[in-house]
Amino acid sequence: MKLLRQTYLLLRKDLVLELRRRESLLTMFFFGTLLLFVFHFSFDLVPEKVTEMAPALLWLAFLFTGTLGLTQLFEAERTNHCLDALLLSPMDRGALFLAKTCFNIILMVAVEIVVVPLFWILFNLRSWEGVPLLLGVAFLGTIGFCVLGTLLSGVTLKARARELLLPLVLFPLMVPVILATIRCMEAILRNGNIGDAVPWLRLLLGFDVIFVTVGILIFDWAIDV
Amino acid sequence: MQTTVPKNRRGYLGALALILVIVGLYWGLIHAPPDAYQGNAQRIMYLHIPSILTAYLSFFLVFVGSCLYLWKREKRDDILAYSAAEIGVLFTALTIVEGSIWGKPTWGVWWTWDARLTLTAILLLIFVGYLMLRSLIEEESRAASAAAILGIIGFLDIPLIHMSVYWWRTLHQPPSILRPDKAPWDNIHPAMLTALAINFFAFVLLYFYLLSLRFRLGEMTEEIKTRRMDRGR
Repeated sequence: MKLLRQTYLLLRKDLVLELRRRESLLTMFFFGTLLLFVFHFSFDLVPEKVTEMAPALLWLAFLFTGTLGLTQLFEAERTNHCLDALLLSPMDRGALFLAKTCFNIILMVAVEIVVVPLFWILFNLRSWEGVPLLLGVAFLGTIGFCVLGTLLSGVTLKARARELLLPLVLFPLMVPVILATIRCMEAILRNGNIGDAVPWLRLLLGFDVIFVTVGILIFDWAIDV
Repeated sequence: MQTTVPKNRRGYLGALALILVIVGLYWGLIHAPPDAYQGNAQRIMYLHIPSILTAYLSFFLVFVGSCLYLWKREKRDDILAYSAAEIGVLFTALTIVEGSIWGKPTWGVWWTWDARLTLTAILLLIFVGYLMLRSLIEEESRAASAAAILGIIGFLDIPLIHMSVYWWRTLHQPPSILRPDKAPWDNIHPAMLTALAINFFAFVLLYFYLLSLRFRLGEMTEEIKTRRMDRGR
């Protein structure tokens, strides 16, 4: 209970800060939209091709915008030694991990909720049927991404060129999430439901559960100063 | 600080590894018969399988060293993880290169996006990332615990990556020696099996020789740092 309460307080702090400055959210949102245009120019997408490529393109857009958010995740704490003060306070480090993870998930989901409909409108996709389910799968993938992302962003906190290093160590570890999310999304766009992609969904859930647990346990060492 | 392997014993280990490598190469490249279908290209297997197995051994040691370091905070465990990661990267890269050389005459391509190939390449990327992470953090103890965490996550992620890339696609040779339906010695010419076994032991010995050298190097670097600090530099 104490863990949840601490998590809530830390998360609220981050959300209030973000709502006042709107730095991360706005950058991520515009970057996501920008990517849609870039994809359109590079692939010259016709409607028949779009449905086939939509899962991969969407997930790539989320992955890149998510990375953008991750590099900013501890920025507020890095200036003025706020992190030291935060770590000195009598709280569970697991709570800090959970709060940061949730914060990045909220940012990414906010972007996803806007970018997915925009994708449908920009690329003239007709059927809106699978969209809620698609967002659900994207949400699970986002959890996996943010969990490992937060953990590694804590790990790379004191590294030189951390913005460059983070994706380098994060993306190879993301392979199961990338594959599972895209396969589930493909199944949804093909059949309207998850259908034959259930094993992938299980893999995705397994990944989320494993690394949330590992994250809470190990974050203590990750952020140690 | 103490060395775990005394110098002269390390020398014996190296000599033994060298002898076994030579015997293994002779057995694999000259003594064993060529493969019925693949001809002489198959002989690369005698290096390919031992190198990937030692690479796996290496990543397991990174995991063990990382866990121990986080638990006990002893520099020794960190040096072990670092040394194992470096040599692991070397052996993984070797495996990929050997596989490519074998793949060209056998499959007709240098590289294909098969599950096992992809898995090996991702492993290489993860542990190259591990080495980069270490080199980009200046503070010693920070670098050690950061690397330990990446070592643990990387190792835990391997089964998941393994599953996902296997479901994604598979084209690689199914295992020909360890099969559920037959005993190992029925599937392969005895001389081939012996060659593989010798090479495997040769690689493991070579691996531990390199590891002990690299470990000693890490210890000496540490020693220099402590002495400099003692002299007030």
